Amino acid sequence: MSDHEYTPTSKFGKWFNDRLPLLTLANHLTDYPTPKNLNYWWTFGGILTFCLITQIVTGLTLAMHYIAHADMAFESVEHIMRDVNYGWLIRYIHSNGASMFFLAVYIHIFRSLFYGSYKSPREIIWIIGIIIYLLMMAAAFMGYVLPWGQMSFWGATVITNLFSAIPFVGEGIVNWLWGGYSVDNPTLTRFFTLHYLLPFLILGLVVLHIWALHVPGNNNPIGIDIKKPSKDTVPFHPYIVIKDGFALLMFMIIFAFFIFYSPNILGHADNYIEANPMVTPAHIVPEWYLLPFYAILRSIPDKLLGVVAMLSAILILAALPWLDTSKIRSAVFRPLYKQFYWILVADVLILGYVGAMPAEGLYLLVARVATAYYFLHFLVFLPVLGFKEKTLPVPLSITEPVLGGSPNLATAKNKESFEK
Amino acid sequence: MKNFIKLSSILILICFTTAQSNSAETAKFLKTDWSFKGVFGKFDRGSLQRGYQVYTEVCSSCHSMKYLSYRNLGEKGGPEFSEAEVKAIAASFIVIDGPNADGEMFERPAKLSDKFVKPYENIKAAEAANGGAYPPDMSVLVKARGGGVDYIYSLLQGYENAPDGMTLDEGVHYNKYMYGNKIKMASPLSEGIVEYGDGTEATVEQMSKDVTTFLMWAAEPHLESRHQMGFKAIIYLIILTILVYLSMKKIWSRIEPEV
Repeated sequence: MSDHEYTPTSKFGKWFNDRLPLLTLANHLTDYPTPKNLNYWWTFGGILTFCLITQIVTGLTLAMHYIAHADMAFESVEHIMRDVNYGWLIRYIHSNGASMFFLAVYIHIFRSLFYGSYKSPREIIWIIGIIIYLLMMAAAFMGYVLPWGQMSFWGATVITNLFSAIPFVGEGIVNWLWGGYSVDNPTLTRFFTLHYLLPFLILGLVVLHIWALHVPGNNNPIGIDIKKPSKDTVPFHPYIVIKDGFALLMFMIIFAFFIFYSPNILGHADNYIEANPMVTPAHIVPEWYLLPFYAILRSIPDKLLGVVAMLSAILILAALPWLDTSKIRSAVFRPLYKQFYWILVADVLILGYVGAMPAEGLYLLVARVATAYYFLHFLVFLPVLGFKEKTLPVPLSITEPVLGGSPNLATAKNKESFEK
Repeated sequence: MKNFIKLSSILILICFTTAQSNSAETAKFLKTDWSFKGVFGKFDRGSLQRGYQVYTEVCSSCHSMKYLSYRNLGEKGGPEFSEAEVKAIAASFIVIDGPNADGEMFERPAKLSDKFVKPYENIKAAEAANGGAYPPDMSVLVKARGGGVDYIYSLLQGYENAPDGMTLDEGVHYNKYMYGNKIKMASPLSEGIVEYGDGTEATVEQMSKDVTTFLMWAAEPHLESRHQMGFKAIIYLIILTILVYLSMKKIWSRIEPEV
């Protein structure tokens, strides 16, 4: 993968490396040429890796004490909180870690949207990322079910019931998912199994995500292709490592505030009430990170179409590299797209807000308008913008952001591609 | 730094949204100073002990606390009764143990390791004795209600005569902080219903505060060590962050003075 051949200095190192090139891999990761103008929005990849590992380590520890049984799950969680040494700490890291994970992944995704990181030649990285995001949502949802509180139980009931919208086979699929005729112990045990499995699938996909990234290399804030290695790049270690480390520590401070001072603020009070199939909570609300999609689901009056809209809202992202017709990657040089980008951010935040509110009156109206806008953005505005937008001149390299008198090749090239 | 501010504002917005979604109450809650709030928040030991008294003498006739053991009453960060006191408290309750060598169940005084004795055998028995409404287990009650301690504190003092035009069924009471304003629990506290050993006057307000403090501890028995550890962890992280920041400046200055 590296541009230059690496030879270990020691004899043993050479012997080993010829048989399993781990040292070559380590050398590639250290020397990996990275654009030197990456800003802090680029540090969330490293932060996400930290989140995943934290979730796996704390999750393994919790699984040693947790009991996946409908009659004992809630009690075993309280046992962890009270009697397991530092059990409260491990559980609060894990439960708040899920929220921090999603916070980071949303920033990571929206960074990609702003700087056009999903565009050629990085489509595969992007699609793997979307699959990771889907698996994350599945893992988080099933994890939320495990404490077997009221919101666990009713959240599981609502979400699994979505499958009943599928024509003809829907009911059968729902019963198959439940392992019975309602959400009960069989549902809990299979959710626990899958919740344990998914993080490792995510880990595997993360390896592919990074592998695919290391083929073309990182995109960068000005979104141009750069020569590697060159004066536009720095070796990953120590330059990016230290910068990622600094950002990670800032992130950890915020994380620590949640764990130690507001550990339950992101959860719902009802989940401290043991699951009761006979009592439905006044409002069934998913965790905050799923709210925008919940709003889309509820904004459509028809159940099947609602499910289709919700799934499309996520899957449409996978088609993004082809929906965005602009040849320019970074929004820095796309004045119109930049405005649409921020409207989209606001739109998603509004969807999240109305998703937490009862689906009635003004909230429902706002949810419908915001849902319509969400799809308009991806299906209409984005493809059209690529043809209509007048972009700004793009610099030739990172080190020469000022074009001066030199012929503006990049801009000329871009103009050419538009005329085609 | 600018990015950090942006990031924080997004975070605050999210918290705000979540907090909004959790509050759907009728009246504004009564406020009081909780000693356990804030970075250095600790429980008021006296208040915890008095709160335990209110729980045992008043609440525990209907409400269980099934996740607490008598030993918890003597543990650090809790009411911190002395060992002798906790043993005496435990011994004043009778538990059913067994079977013994003859296969018989038998009664014995409770030990430190026993869980709090429940007022009713099961949920059905509790419902039957309380007009069909189950008095919820109080172990994590504070965390199970939107509004938390403020809600419980207000609810205990929120009993009033029903407004004109509202008819209440037999065994239903009006409470201005209850969701829907109708509650099956009769006002549990009245002036002087308990007699505090430490001379504190047992007003309804005082008892509400004490028992709510006790319930907060019951729901979060490690709150004090959490606050202490949090302070240390965050100070450590801040120092490390500064060091890493300085290292970063130094490393990046090798290739360009301005990052």
